[in-house]
Amino acid sequence: MRYIEPHGHMVSRTTDDYQAMALAGCAAICEPAFWAGFDRKSADGFYDYFCQLTQHEPKRAAKYGLPHYAWLCINPKESEDMGLAAEVMALIPEFLQCPTVLGIGEIGLNKNTRNEMKILEAHIALAVQLDQLILVHTPHLEDKRKGTRLIMDCLKANGVVKPERVIIDHVEEHTINEVLDQGFWAGITLYPESKATPVRAVDMIEAVAAQRVWLNSACDWGHSDPLAVPKAAQEMRRRGHSAEAIDRLVYGNPVKFLSQCGRFKDPQAQR
Amino acid sequence: MSTPIPTPGTPPRTRDQVADLHFMDARYKLLDLAAFLDRLDRASGGEDHRVRGLRAALPLLLEPTEGRVARILNLWSDPSVAPIEKADTKAASGVWPGLK
Repeated sequence: MRYIEPHGHMVSRTTDDYQAMALAGCAAICEPAFWAGFDRKSADGFYDYFCQLTQHEPKRAAKYGLPHYAWLCINPKESEDMGLAAEVMALIPEFLQCPTVLGIGEIGLNKNTRNEMKILEAHIALAVQLDQLILVHTPHLEDKRKGTRLIMDCLKANGVVKPERVIIDHVEEHTINEVLDQGFWAGITLYPESKATPVRAVDMIEAVAAQRVWLNSACDWGHSDPLAVPKAAQEMRRRGHSAEAIDRLVYGNPVKFLSQCGRFKDPQAQR
Repeated sequence: MSTPIPTPGTPPRTRDQVADLHFMDARYKLLDLAAFLDRLDRASGGEDHRVRGLRAALPLLLEPTEGRVARILNLWSDPSVAPIEKADTKAASGVWPGLK
């Protein structure tokens, strides 16, 4: 089996996880910028983080034969400080020149505040200006439905964003249909407790036909599983899905979305 | 019980097959939930909004049509539509605190 991990926070993981993912069939990893579990005090902290995402992690992944890509932004949890957010956003264009950067992400909302909305709008404008793909983080738990709707309204209000160039991640049963109905891609994030389990993810896939959906593990510093995507593939096998259908979901779909960025190379095609 | 309408691309299966695959998983999760409620009974203090929300969701499990997960998630969701001025926390609790 082969799969793409399209959303994995590998800075939080050990090299053992890279090895386990490679052994499980992972062919490439994409890592969005996110909240480190604490608030960084200055833009310098983000500069170092962006260097880590664009220079250090690709080398670490390469030791296991894995191409590593990154997405850049200031995450919504740290966007409440609009002065810091503006400084960090000013760093992004320089890093967008890196050969492994795929776009702007994971932007979005956390608690659905006005400041988060303003920085989200600024990120969307930057992505449009620089013709970048967008990866969206939707809020957690009780804030998700409201935040998902606000984000989609914001994307549509921009007027130029093409929905097929945006993936809205962390969808669940109460948001996936709205996201797909509006033409966006949807990401299902597989967590042991929050978001969706592999079993629920396959239920959702069976309900929506999965043409613009990808699965990811996020695998961050919290309770998460870097092998969640192959475990969802195993659940599909248990239910009788064909090898082709599984491959289309866990490999073909991410390749299709990510290939809209010229920097992403289909790992299979490179062999 | 509703008549099954498989989505195109989904392998057809009987309810027995679904039970064979997933019954034990559902069984232990239901027992864990029962144990959680028992544990709450043995503890002191009032009931917080998360547990109220969990109890409010239980009748939805017995509704006769599919879509139960979405209905529960919708029940627990913040129903407001406008952005808030400022957040007093970064975290979400799992159930909208205003749920009655």
